[in-house]
Amino acid sequence: MSANCEIEFTLNGVVRRLTVPAQMSTLEMLRERLGLRGTKYACGEGECGACTILVDGVTQNSCLMFAADCDGRDLVTVEGVVASGLGERLRDAFVASGAVQCGFCTPGLMVQASHLIEQHPGADETTIRRGIEGNLCRCTGYRKIIDAIHEAAKAQAHE
Amino acid sequence: MNPIESYRAPRSLDEAAEILRTGNVTVLAGGTDVMPQANAGRLRLQPVLMNVRRVAELRGIAEEAGVARIGALTTMTELLASALVRERIGLLWQACDHFASDQIRNAATLGGNVCNASPAGDTLVPLLALEARALLASKPDGRLEMRRVPLEQFFTGPGRTARKASELLAAIEIPLPPEGFAGEFYKHGARPALDIATISIAAGARREAGVLRGVRVAFGAVAPTPIRARRTEAALEGRAPDAATLEATAAAAEAEIHPISDVRASDWYRRELVRNMLKRAMSHVGKL
Repeated sequence: MSANCEIEFTLNGVVRRLTVPAQMSTLEMLRERLGLRGTKYACGEGECGACTILVDGVTQNSCLMFAADCDGRDLVTVEGVVASGLGERLRDAFVASGAVQCGFCTPGLMVQASHLIEQHPGADETTIRRGIEGNLCRCTGYRKIIDAIHEAAKAQAHE
Repeated sequence: MNPIESYRAPRSLDEAAEILRTGNVTVLAGGTDVMPQANAGRLRLQPVLMNVRRVAELRGIAEEAGVARIGALTTMTELLASALVRERIGLLWQACDHFASDQIRNAATLGGNVCNASPAGDTLVPLLALEARALLASKPDGRLEMRRVPLEQFFTGPGRTARKASELLAAIEIPLPPEGFAGEFYKHGARPALDIATISIAAGARREAGVLRGVRVAFGAVAPTPIRARRTEAALEGRAPDAATLEATAAAAEAEIHPISDVRASDWYRRELVRNMLKRAMSHVGKL
């Protein structure tokens, strides 16, 4: 017998009310209960960053967060990030730089990059490299991803 | 993950301590250890999962009478943003900077790192060197009581601590080091981010007329718990960090550690790391 929890939180600007099993992760809730498949499941233990979301304005691995802990909090997923001006800039820069190959790491990187640029406007390459340490990409070798984030950071700084 | 019979999210320390009185409680804070360990079957969850994230008394960093009190829920990111931590407790700040990734630093708490009690726990090594104390809250007679345990006595084995099942870690207290104290944290891993330390070192001292005073040394991942290295400290105390002293210090350190061979390194390699990186760290401290 497992406990259920009633939770209420904001998701991409919309208030949601849900009953979730106590063991459920935020990642599973987003993908399987709410149908938001942009957030990816990969390692399931916080090593790869594919499940990165914003919680109360900072990034977290949604695979490491209990869904019950979303109660009262403000969540933004990649679907919410791309709806912002910065998200659009990041998307365009990823495309222009060829920063997407298989694409599995891309949503997590977009969310992490948006947080990075908000925290460090006009971030340089060193800051970008540090900022995406928690996101693994097995295709690109990171060069094009770093270029894309750098371009988006510059474009955002000129806004 | 095994079933959870009851999920509780108390809003006060009193309420949290009351829930702990009933026993059979797993405490959840940032979740970065509890979730993967429970998923992997390494941690068997108790029937009650208590999320303490909404307990306001467990938050905040404050200084009073030369002691920094860091609430157990303080995240690594919050520690990195604290001027008090950066300027006065630099050893801890450096360890937070080496901690996992941005996403995990935003969630992981100091209290969680301490209670997880990994022999390789990044913040535990500077906390030992800084002579930190655990502040434990409980309600043995229906009244909220606090107990202080020096961290040197807190870690009793891998994943084991002196915290009783009825106690909650409320805060870490750190006596601020004296003016002039300088320290260096070193962590060895295969990559800078998201790696568990192969070995780690926290070393610090004051420099007075060319010699080191008030030497503090602690090691991680070289024994069943993180350790304070008092014989290593004695080899340095009152001496200039010259080549002969550093060699004697390295020998003292090697006699004081008990590393194992595992997936990350052999015991021989860990000894070599401690010898060489301690010498480097102490020569840096001598110049700071």
